[in-house]
Amino acid sequence: MSKQAPTLPPMGALGFLRFTWRQLTSMKTALILLFLLAIASVPGSIFPQRGNNPLRVNEWISDSPTFGPIFDAFGFFDVYSSPWFAAVYLLLFISLIGCVLPRTKVHWRAMFAPPPPAPRNLLRLPESMSFEVSAPTDEVLARGRKYLSGRRWRLLVAENSVAAEKGYLRETGNLLFHFSLILILVAIALGGLFGWKGNVIVRTGQGFSNTLTQYDAWGGGRFTGASRLSPFSFTLDKFNVEFDRSEAQRGSPKLFEADVTYRRSPGTDAENARIEVNTPLEIDGAKVFLVGHGYAPHLVVRDAGGEITFDDTVVFLPQDGNFTSTGVVKIPDSNPQLGFQGIFVPTAASNNLRGPISIFPGPDDPAVFMSAWRGDMGLDSGAPQSVYRLDTAAMEQIGIVALRQGQTWTLPDGSGSIAFTGFERWASFQIAYDPGKEIALLGAVLAITGLLLTLFIRRRRVWITATTNTEGVTVVNLAGLARIESADLPGELQSLRSVVSDLPDTASASSNDETREQK
Amino acid sequence: MSATQLAAASNAAVYASMVTLTFAMVSFAISFASGRRRVVVVAPAPVEMNSSGSTAVLTRSVGGTPTDNQTGRRSANIGMSLTWLGFVVLLAGVVLRGVWAGRVPWGNMYEFSITSALGILGVFLLISLRRDVRWLGLFIVIPALLTLGLAVTVLYTEAAQLVPALKSYWLIIHVSAAIICAGAFTLAASTAGLALVQSRAERRGKSGLARVPSAEKLRTLTYRVLAFAFPLWTFAVVAGAIWAENAWGRYWGWDPKETWAFITWVIYAAYLHARSTVGWRGDRASWVAIAGWAAFIINYFGVNIFINSLHSYSGV
Repeated sequence: MSKQAPTLPPMGALGFLRFTWRQLTSMKTALILLFLLAIASVPGSIFPQRGNNPLRVNEWISDSPTFGPIFDAFGFFDVYSSPWFAAVYLLLFISLIGCVLPRTKVHWRAMFAPPPPAPRNLLRLPESMSFEVSAPTDEVLARGRKYLSGRRWRLLVAENSVAAEKGYLRETGNLLFHFSLILILVAIALGGLFGWKGNVIVRTGQGFSNTLTQYDAWGGGRFTGASRLSPFSFTLDKFNVEFDRSEAQRGSPKLFEADVTYRRSPGTDAENARIEVNTPLEIDGAKVFLVGHGYAPHLVVRDAGGEITFDDTVVFLPQDGNFTSTGVVKIPDSNPQLGFQGIFVPTAASNNLRGPISIFPGPDDPAVFMSAWRGDMGLDSGAPQSVYRLDTAAMEQIGIVALRQGQTWTLPDGSGSIAFTGFERWASFQIAYDPGKEIALLGAVLAITGLLLTLFIRRRRVWITATTNTEGVTVVNLAGLARIESADLPGELQSLRSVVSDLPDTASASSNDETREQK
Repeated sequence: MSATQLAAASNAAVYASMVTLTFAMVSFAISFASGRRRVVVVAPAPVEMNSSGSTAVLTRSVGGTPTDNQTGRRSANIGMSLTWLGFVVLLAGVVLRGVWAGRVPWGNMYEFSITSALGILGVFLLISLRRDVRWLGLFIVIPALLTLGLAVTVLYTEAAQLVPALKSYWLIIHVSAAIICAGAFTLAASTAGLALVQSRAERRGKSGLARVPSAEKLRTLTYRVLAFAFPLWTFAVVAGAIWAENAWGRYWGWDPKETWAFITWVIYAAYLHARSTVGWRGDRASWVAIAGWAAFIINYFGVNIFINSLHSYSGV
């Protein structure tokens, strides 16, 4: 390196750091990082994401055993928490801070500094004019000063000139916008560290209390534990749902709402609330959202002697828009073990050619299709089992049958019977607590405010000089300078000219000339 | 009016506006083509001598015949009038659709599309009140017509009640902001595309498309439109986040719709930065503006139709 550029001093470690810092905080790097951020976000919309849909991620991986694990290793199913995505946005934020901090310092100084004095030859500036007035120089300058300070320009007054500047809020807005983005990032981090979110399915008539064990799924930040959950509880009294029966939108939901009775803590009074899709219930900062619903058929299982071994509603999970739902019943205490896989259809197809498929989401003609299994359901292995799946690897099928409401099926091997006595509805709730969301909202509001300031305020300078020429006439020079092209400087200079020459303002009439030039 | 009459009236108005806009497109195209001919003429320009007074002034007309110019100007004016007419008729169609459905007319993709076409025309006509943008007409009416064409052929659905997830006043705030942005982004993509064409011509020393302003003026217009649209888009995304927090329990969940809204936002943020970066102000910034519009379109058609998203309310 020294051979090619002998005049350059060796860079050294500090110099290298400084070089890297300058590169990182340059606008070009910021631009490239913005593009990278846009590109890095794309895969998350194409591949299913664990945070949104873990089931589809598993399906995706098992469907393509070659590429699935490779994509998984590179974080394509957790794009927004992957190291490479974090690398892009963290670099972008470092670049942002590195750019904004020095600018804040410069802007802070500029806010308290007077505007730069008038250049020696004002008429060299592209927006300038020179004219003579009868008033003495003092009066001209005084008029200009009064006019400008009345319009909140910052002034620097010298003997023969006035310098003025306006539009500092443009840079203030710019800085505010970028600091707000940092605030939003902090809010997201707060939510991630201290917030939590859980899902639970509650059948009509059943209750829920806010403890970890009651959740079907729960995820919390690093600093959230079970002790931080507020001790509320609620019971699902009634679940109302209506589906559209019109030709055009048949089967699409028209309404669903959950009526609940809740207590803020075990000793307090019960209160009633209705939870709807866009109206969550807020209890102690946690919000209870209605996110889904389904059917829970009531099944009664009897053993060979007629003794009831199971009698309850069972949550069946919907598989399609018409609520064809699947679920299982496990009787682990019978010998051999007995299990049922079921498909519930709220409205059975009239011809059974299409198999157990529902044709309408409402319960017009409910039926269950039960298949009975006997053998070892694998509970002894100790591995946790889903309550929605029956492991039939070591079981044999006894038979399969369709049941309407009120019907009983006596198992063909004489080991007992199963009856479909009715059904309830269930609702699934997401319960979330995010301490960062108010801060994020504040950040968003400030960001928009900053944007509006920086995009619509124009920073510009004007100068007035007034001198007396050899004939004793006052010569006034006016000039203006704007940082961006959209400034309406000619109009402003015209107004100023009218003011200092004590004439009626003609600017509003003349400033529109340019915009109609093509007519 | 009964529901069927309202439906028929709304659909008739949408079709009528399409017919009107087609004529507007033809008028703008004639104006555009007559302008082109003016540039192509390379015959030696007639030289007139003006010898009134002592000084002889040589005037050289730029070329072409005055009739060409008049035809161009007249058909551009007809195009503007027809665009206004098409806008008013489409407005009637959209309003009738809203009355028929008994809610805001953007509950599914068909409705969003016809309202967006209204947004595209509306932003253009609004600008036309302040400055002369007749040259842009062709490049506004074409995307508006394409949107309407897709709406009536592929996306058409009968008006129905909203699904429960959409029953919120945020539907009015969030989606109307997005519709205005659709108009502004489309307009900015048109001017950015024209800026690329002009700048290419200018680099080769040609005068470029006639009646269309210089590349620099087009870039300034693109910037102004996007400087208006970017805060509005930010607002639309934030309003969506507030709604999402209220409906789904989180203000941001990287649902594909949210992701592409974010990508659109980042690209337009990059555009604004490019405008103040040396070496990026010209054609590169124009390309970025077009890329932002592409992301917006992907978000609208791609995510609604091909990707399984929480925002799948298309009704298609």
